[in-house]
Amino acid sequence: MALLEIRNLHVNVEDKPILKGLNLTIDRGEVHAIMGPNGAGKSTLSYVIAGRSGYDVTDGQVLFNGKDILEMEVDERACAGLFLAFQYPVEIPGVTNTTFLKTALNSVRRARGESALDAMQFLKYVREKAKPLGIGDDMLKRAVNVGFSGGEKKRNEVLQMAVLEPVMAVLDETDSGLDIDALKIVAEGVNALRGPEKSTLIITHYQRLLDYIVPDHVHVLADGRIVKSGGKELALELEANGYAEFTGAAAA
Amino acid sequence: MDFSLAGPFDEAAPRLPGADLAWLDALRSQGIEAFRANGLPNRKVEAWRYTSVSALEKQSFAPLAEPVPLDALPEGAALAIDGARRIVFVNGRLRADLSDLGDLPEGVEASSLAEALGGKDGDLEELIAPASKERDGALAALNDAFMEDGLVLRIAAGASVDAPIHLISVGMPVEGQAVAFHPRNLVVAAKGSRATLIESHIGVGEGSYFSNSVTDIRVEKGATLTHAKLQDEGPKAFHVALGRVRIGDEAVYDNFVLHRGAELARNEVHARIDGTGAECRLNGAYLGANRQHIDNTTVIEHKAPGSRSSEVFKGALDGRARGVFQGRIVVHRDAQQTDGHQLNKTLLLDRNAEMDAKPELVIYADDVKCSHGATIGELDETALFYLRTRGIDEAAARDILVSAFLNEAVEELRDPALADAFRARIEGWVDARHKSEGERAG
Repeated sequence: MALLEIRNLHVNVEDKPILKGLNLTIDRGEVHAIMGPNGAGKSTLSYVIAGRSGYDVTDGQVLFNGKDILEMEVDERACAGLFLAFQYPVEIPGVTNTTFLKTALNSVRRARGESALDAMQFLKYVREKAKPLGIGDDMLKRAVNVGFSGGEKKRNEVLQMAVLEPVMAVLDETDSGLDIDALKIVAEGVNALRGPEKSTLIITHYQRLLDYIVPDHVHVLADGRIVKSGGKELALELEANGYAEFTGAAAA
Repeated sequence: MDFSLAGPFDEAAPRLPGADLAWLDALRSQGIEAFRANGLPNRKVEAWRYTSVSALEKQSFAPLAEPVPLDALPEGAALAIDGARRIVFVNGRLRADLSDLGDLPEGVEASSLAEALGGKDGDLEELIAPASKERDGALAALNDAFMEDGLVLRIAAGASVDAPIHLISVGMPVEGQAVAFHPRNLVVAAKGSRATLIESHIGVGEGSYFSNSVTDIRVEKGATLTHAKLQDEGPKAFHVALGRVRIGDEAVYDNFVLHRGAELARNEVHARIDGTGAECRLNGAYLGANRQHIDNTTVIEHKAPGSRSSEVFKGALDGRARGVFQGRIVVHRDAQQTDGHQLNKTLLLDRNAEMDAKPELVIYADDVKCSHGATIGELDETALFYLRTRGIDEAAARDILVSAFLNEAVEELRDPALADAFRARIEGWVDARHKSEGERAG
C-alpha cells in the first residue's frame, strides 16, 4: 500500500477550481518533488493535505496509510504522522518555542500511545534535535517565530519536524527566502529524517533545493493537475527550459 | 428600614468612626449631599457612558451590622505570594485576627482607618481629600459619606521593603442580605522608599455585595511603589474602586490589575504626575464571561516635565461579557518631554461579547511623544491552524493562544513572583473556560 495516495483531487477556493483532478502516489521511503509555475495550485495542495479550512474538496480522495484523511481534523492528521513545513511559518507572540514544541510532542506521543515527556526529559530531547540545526537555547526560549529571520524560521520548521518525527512530511517552498548556507542546513536536516518507512513531498518553484535533497520522482503541476512525471533529471530540464511549455498547454 | 444606598446615612453617621472630627463631619455631609443631589452616575455622563450602574438601584443593601462570622479565609482565593504580610478586611472592616499586623517589616506602618481616626492621627485630614469633588465622582461621594475603615499604610522615608503588604478584602452577604461597604485606603510611600502593595478582592459564597473603595496614594520623591491587584469578587458582586495617585519627582508608580470576578467591576485610576522625571505605569488584564461587565478607566495627568507613562491593558471576553477601556492621557503645558504610551487589546471569544475602547490624548505641550492604540479582534485563525498542524487539538490550541495573548500584559509586571501569581490566575480561568465549553459541547 502506498503511504500517500491522492486520487482525482478537485479543490475549489472561493468557488474557483484550483486543483482539477490531481493524482499522485508516494510509496514509503520515497522523496517526491512537485514543481510548477506560480498559481498552479502547489500551496493549495499542501494546505488540503494538512486540512486548512477554506478549501472545498469537490471530488477525489487523499489516502494516508489507506485511510481518507479528508475526514480527519487537522490535529488528528498531525498525530497520525503527517507534517507540513510552512512556506510562511506563523509567528505566535507570547508562546515560547519550548512550550510549543513540548505541547505538540506530548500531543503526538499520547496519540501514539506513548507517555508524555516531563520538562527535563523534553529539554534533553529537544536539545539533541536542535543542535545539528544550529538552534541554541536562546532560540528555544524565544516566542515562536517572533523576530526570527527567514532562515531561522525555516530551521525552526525543520526542528519541529525532527521533534515530531512524522512519517510523511510535506515541505511547502521551504527554500524560499533562504541563502545558500541556510539552504544547506535545512536540507541536511531534512535528509537526516529520511528513512525506509518515511516519505517526503517537496513542493517548490525552483530546482535549487533538489541539489541538496535529491528526489526519487519529480512531477510538474500545472493548472491544477500533474502534467508530467519523471526522475530527478526532470528538475534540471525545468530549470533550463522553464514552465512555458506547460503553462502554454494549459492556456490552450 | 431604608435599604437604598444613601438611606442609612442619618442613622449611621453618628456611629461612624471620627464622628467627633469636625473636618470629617463636613466631608461626610458634603459627600451625602452630593450623592443625594446627583444620584448614581448615569450614562449621559461621558465618564460613565459605557457602564451602567442602574443595577445598584434595583438591589437593596443592608447597613453594616455586627462583624460577620468568618473563621478563616477561603482557601486559595487570595493571591499566594511568598513572604507577603496579610491585612484582612471583611466587608470593609479590619479583621486583626486574620492579619499579620504584628509582624510587619521594618519601615512599614500599617493600621486601620477606623483606629487611626479614633487616635486623632495628625495628618489624616490632609490625606483624606474629598472625593465628591472628583469629576463624575458620584460613587466616590458615597465613599466620602460612609467611609468607615480601610488600610492606612505608610512606608518610611528611605525604607526598602522586600516583603509585600497584602491587602485582602473579603466580601460576603450577611444572613442572605446584600451589604455595601466603602473602604477608604491611604497609602504614603515616603521619600526614597521602595515597597510593594498587593490587593486581593475576593468573595465568599455566591451572593451579592457592593464594594465601593477609594484609595489615595502618594509616591514621594524618588520612591517606587509597586501596586498589583486581583479583582476576583463573587459572581454577583459589584466592585467599584477609585485610585487617586500623586507621583513626585523621580518617583515610580507601577500598577497592575487583573479582573476575573464580579458581576460589574470598575477600576478607575487617576494618576497625577507632579514631579519631573517620574514614571507611571498602569497595566492590566481582564477576563470576562457570562454577563460580566468590566470597566477599566484611567486618567494620567502629566503636570511636570520629563515624565513617562505607559499603559498596556489586554482582555479576553467570552459569553455575553462586556468590557470597557477608557484611557485618558493629559499632558499639561509645562510637561515638556513627556513620553506617554497606551495600548489596549481585546480578544472576543464569543460573538455576543462586546468591548468599548476609548483612548483619549489631550496634549497642551509641544515637545512630547505620545501614542495610543486599541484593537478588538478574534483569535488568529492562521495561528490556530499552525498549532493544530503540530498535533495540538483545537481546544488546547485556543487555550494556548488566549493565555499567550493575556500574558503580554502580565509580562509588564517587573517582579517575576507577582507575574507568576497572576499568570496562574489567568491559566486557571482559561482552563475553567475550556472545561465549561467541553460541558456545553458534551
